[in-house]
Amino acid sequence: MNDVCSINNLTQCLLDGGVSPDLANLLTILGGVVLVATVPLVTVIFLIWIERKIAARVQDRLGPNRVGPFGLLQSVADAVKMLTKEDITPMGADKFIYNLAPIIAFATVVLIWAIIPFTPLHIGADLSIGILYFVAVASIGTVKIMIAGWSSNNKYALLGAFRTIAQLLSYEVPLVLSLLIPVMIAGTLGMQDMVRAQGSMWFVFMAPVAAVMFFIANLAETGRAPFDLLEAESEIIAGYNIEYSGFKWGMFMAGEFMHAFTAALLAAVIFLGGWWGPFVEQVPALGFVYLGLKTAVVYIFGLILRSTVPRVRIDQLMALNWKWLVPISVANVLITALLLKVVDAIGLAPQSGDFFAHLPQTLVLLVGNLVLMFGVATVLRNRGRAQRLVDEAAHPVEHEDAPVVAGAVGH
Amino acid sequence: MFELNAQSIAFIVFALFSLGGALGVVTTRNLIHATLYLILSLFGAAGFFVLLSAPFMAAVQVLVYIGAIAILIVFAVMLTRSMTRLSDIYNSQWLLSAIVAGLLFVLLLVGVILPVWGVNGTQAGREVSSIVTTTVDLGKALVDQNQYVLPFEVASLLLTAAMIGAIVVARDDKE
Amino acid sequence: MVPLWMFLAVAAGVFCIGAYGVLSRRNAVAILMGVELMLNAVNINLIAFWRYVEPLNMAGQAFAAFVFVIAAAEAAVGLAIIISVYRSRRSVIVEDVDMLKW
Repeated sequence: MNDVCSINNLTQCLLDGGVSPDLANLLTILGGVVLVATVPLVTVIFLIWIERKIAARVQDRLGPNRVGPFGLLQSVADAVKMLTKEDITPMGADKFIYNLAPIIAFATVVLIWAIIPFTPLHIGADLSIGILYFVAVASIGTVKIMIAGWSSNNKYALLGAFRTIAQLLSYEVPLVLSLLIPVMIAGTLGMQDMVRAQGSMWFVFMAPVAAVMFFIANLAETGRAPFDLLEAESEIIAGYNIEYSGFKWGMFMAGEFMHAFTAALLAAVIFLGGWWGPFVEQVPALGFVYLGLKTAVVYIFGLILRSTVPRVRIDQLMALNWKWLVPISVANVLITALLLKVVDAIGLAPQSGDFFAHLPQTLVLLVGNLVLMFGVATVLRNRGRAQRLVDEAAHPVEHEDAPVVAGAVGH
Repeated sequence: MFELNAQSIAFIVFALFSLGGALGVVTTRNLIHATLYLILSLFGAAGFFVLLSAPFMAAVQVLVYIGAIAILIVFAVMLTRSMTRLSDIYNSQWLLSAIVAGLLFVLLLVGVILPVWGVNGTQAGREVSSIVTTTVDLGKALVDQNQYVLPFEVASLLLTAAMIGAIVVARDDKE
Repeated sequence: MVPLWMFLAVAAGVFCIGAYGVLSRRNAVAILMGVELMLNAVNINLIAFWRYVEPLNMAGQAFAAFVFVIAAAEAAVGLAIIISVYRSRRSVIVEDVDMLKW
């Protein structure tokens, strides 16, 4: 054993040490699982801090700054507080599934981390169906809400669970449709292959409408602003997790923060080029840094959006999804499929891997996306204009620039 | 014949999920518990699909069955709660149906499965091919004009009809 | 590899348990769950046969995909009908829906 036994050649080290191949494989996989599952657990602590700091700064206050330097240990203090709270189970609740719901809440989010390519060499499990696995795991998330709402034995929790599931199931449609675009451009469902396909041009330049759709659908899927009416403390007091207290509620909250971060991570991987950056082929560890920077950009944008935009109502939410996002996503899929075939037919498809070979296809797709956005903006403007005319006919507006002549008889 | 490696352990685990979940569905009184057992059984089937080199089918199973159909069943259970507790969950012919189901299983196993594919069956000596097709081939087969594009289009028409039909049938007619 | 007959035996078992559920339960939603179990068992059978007998022909996986589609469509329409029946008769026990009986 001449080289150092590190993560990269753990299997080889174990085989050299005389362990049977099956067992060596199993131990390597277990080590990878422990590593990939621990990172989100540790990151959650940091995420809660940064969320509170940014929300505070947007609201012109300081945020947590007492516990630890810059308030970094605030989440640790919160976790200790939650652990020492009394664990209440409501009377008549179904004990087994009442306790199962927070576990599923966190587990379904950590499961997504298995397919994320961190560097050219490190990925949890290089499935050939990576994106479909993400969609499948995201759809298991609705099960936990159902059983949490039902087992609390509280009709408000049940109503909150119904509304949450309606929102989640509705916004899965534009999520999946907008994920079809990078799959079509890259030609594969696997995550590592999709990141490799972005070596010359990030997909966000080729499909900006799909990236925006993905971002909005993820905001609704994770229950972040402006779609957070389901746990709006001022309205229905925490929705489906009313009856959860102490650490179980902490698991729900940690799962929600983690889900938002994972959604930002996926947006960075699928649309912003993943681990690509200068010198990443020579020093693979730089992939972590680049991916972290891109995720931070998307996540902090989401945080600022959360503190800025007002909440939407449930009927506005459903109308936004079924009347705007789904038709736009379907039109986007049609336009992109057509343009990709046209580009292929007239011979402009990128053959080599450099930047200028990808430029014609990028420009064609970009023009298609701009036409789509222009069409949507036109429809919106016409509707807004019609609505404004209707409103002005009903309530005439006082015009302030009418001249008041001195001595005129009032009328 | 049956060595204990990772694949066989996974098979035993998923078989327990499938069969245990199925038994739970038909024996439990609480319908929400029955739905959770159904989710367990569907999860076992998804595990089988992964073992059988069909990962696309496994992901679609989780996405469609667990993520959509099971949630739909839970909604239906909650919307159709009866006010009185049922005294019994089985109807008057449960014993006969148990006998029929048991006989069917024995017939399938002894009469069809074991004689043909069992250890001494007529097709026992086949080698399992290690070349399997991928998801790309499935995608191509579904839109190839000589293969399955027609059933694919008919299936999408069926789904549209089912969606419209379900909305119309379940709509509240009081408005 | 696990021998083929074990997959078929598990699928047959799930199918027969689903058949028992359909034949012996009184609640309509429970009967629908039995039907879903049977369709699931059919899918396991199809994919097992595809893998072991003819893995190069996509007919097995395509057939299983269409079974998914049909199961989803049938579950949606069936549950819509059950909800509609509940609205008019206030009961989902199949023995109570006997208006057409002689």
